Amino acid sequence: MSVAKSHLEVLPRSLQLLLVLGLIALAAFPFVSTDFYAAMMARMMILAIFAMSLDLLQGVTGLVSLGHAAFFGIGGYFLSLVSTDSGTVSLWWTLPGAVLASALFALVIGFFVVRTHGIYFIMVTMAFAQMLFYLVFDNKEVSLLGLPLRLGGSDGVYINLKPDAALFDLENRKVFYFFTLACLVLVYLFLRRVLWSPFGRVLAGIRVNEHRMRALGYGTFGYKLAAFTLAGGLAGLAGYLWGAQTGFVNPELMGFHMSAHAIMMVILGGMGNFAGAIVGAFAFEYLLHLFKDAPDIGGFRAGKHWQLWMGLFIVLVVAFAPRGLLGLAERVLRSKGEHRG
Amino acid sequence: MDFSLFLLQLLNSVQYGLLLFMLAAGLTLIFGIMGVVNLAHGSFYMLGAYVAWSLSSRLGSLTVAILLGAVLAVAFGLLLERLLFRHFYHRDHLDQVLLTFGLIYVFEEMRSILWGDDVHGVNIPATLGASIPLTENLSYPVYRLFMSGVCIALALALYFLISKTRLGMKIRAGAFNHDMTEALGVNIKRIHAIVFAIGVGLATIAGMIAAPISSVYPNMGSQVLIMCFVVVVIGGIGSVRGALISALLVGTVDTFGKVLLPQIAGMLVYMLMAAVLLWKPEGLFKQ
Repeated sequence: MSVAKSHLEVLPRSLQLLLVLGLIALAAFPFVSTDFYAAMMARMMILAIFAMSLDLLQGVTGLVSLGHAAFFGIGGYFLSLVSTDSGTVSLWWTLPGAVLASALFALVIGFFVVRTHGIYFIMVTMAFAQMLFYLVFDNKEVSLLGLPLRLGGSDGVYINLKPDAALFDLENRKVFYFFTLACLVLVYLFLRRVLWSPFGRVLAGIRVNEHRMRALGYGTFGYKLAAFTLAGGLAGLAGYLWGAQTGFVNPELMGFHMSAHAIMMVILGGMGNFAGAIVGAFAFEYLLHLFKDAPDIGGFRAGKHWQLWMGLFIVLVVAFAPRGLLGLAERVLRSKGEHRG
Repeated sequence: MDFSLFLLQLLNSVQYGLLLFMLAAGLTLIFGIMGVVNLAHGSFYMLGAYVAWSLSSRLGSLTVAILLGAVLAVAFGLLLERLLFRHFYHRDHLDQVLLTFGLIYVFEEMRSILWGDDVHGVNIPATLGASIPLTENLSYPVYRLFMSGVCIALALALYFLISKTRLGMKIRAGAFNHDMTEALGVNIKRIHAIVFAIGVGLATIAGMIAAPISSVYPNMGSQVLIMCFVVVVIGGIGSVRGALISALLVGTVDTFGKVLLPQIAGMLVYMLMAAVLLWKPEGLFKQ
């Protein structure tokens, strides 16, 4: 399977250096750029967290979920549900709350989907995500145990104020930017740690050959369910940040295009090492921005039809760059090194 | 629920189920025989509906539009198979998912460029516009019966083709053991092309005949794709018989759900799917 072959689990020195340079660039960015681009960069970082959470399933465990956006959306909707129109809510309980809520949903859905394999897994994850999508899309309000929950239907819900962190002011754009950057770095380090823990080794073993892992005595169902739950929780963190950043949640956050974009980000960057997911998220979002900004060609509004360019781009990547940008970078850097040596 | 209302819902269930079957059969055949996951299957349904609208408003006849559209659809399917899908038979499922997801975008925008983003209605042909009385206070539109008739006829044709003809024998052999069948001198590439064209044809025809009932609108492809996934997962991938039974089941649950339990109607079929997965993770009729 190409999933197994396309791996770059151990990042070479050159790529690690590239990551550190990237981190420095991200830290310097808000000081040299306009607010508009800093906000765009913050959104990219949030999507990078989301893509990393999917990579734990897709790149590490070999489970391709086409419904991962469900948990991203739950994180965002959690924030909108606990937010009030006039007051702020504390970051210190709502953020863990969003992560837990998404993880809980992932645990329940995972219980059903993790039993399935391969293409079934793809279809079933998508179907479950779609179920949540329609729950939100079709209902302005639902009541849970007599408590009215405002979902906003297809219009979505505005979140007027950012969460209150007490120690620092998230309403300040720069502060929010650095808070997001800190989350990105922490999630990356955490996932790298997980990847090289005994738990992560079992997940990687499941990707390569699940039957063998079971024969070795590992309860693969439990491991896969744990990975699904963890990935769901981290996706919820990303969704929470997204809701806070954009001040708006709508059903599209849970939609299947969002899930497919996350898959694309992971593939584009390179699977199974989390650094690729970050690179892929930035590259994918930047391209999306470029396509949407495309100038008119004669009477043809190229920017309005950005999906056409995106579609063709995806087809080309799948056909020609199955190892992603990081794989490409690694090859280029290595060949240069060989010339020098 | 009185008897005539029950009868009405039952007929609608069967009609919706049969329509879903047309789509799910193509999806499951393409997967079962070629091992290709086709997310763009719903797009063919959408394109079918738009072609039916576009042709029928120009030609003035839905029947002619459907016949012409079916020929175009099969030609389009064959072309697409040759140019693109053929190179992805042996690739990873993930690559196929991405390829066909990219195609969804391409088809959606082609639709937007060619036909715009408005919702359109398609007129029911005058000869099929009547209703026939079923009970004292209930009459049923002929067009819906016609739709069911077309679906049943195509289902029977498909059954006959696969289980009774020489071509069908080769298709089944190819699905069972690809290399062995090729070694025996069967042109498996041509078999694949034919199966793909059949799948595309069924999805497009489903879109064309559904156009007057559901009207023609941009998102119709992805909505129907997800229903197809549910049908295929419940029925078991690769099983055409499973697809038929599960499509009827899903059609019934969805139609009656909307009448009896409107609050959770949108989620009922997914609950059904979850229940089946708990009981049989590989679907009801996994081959």
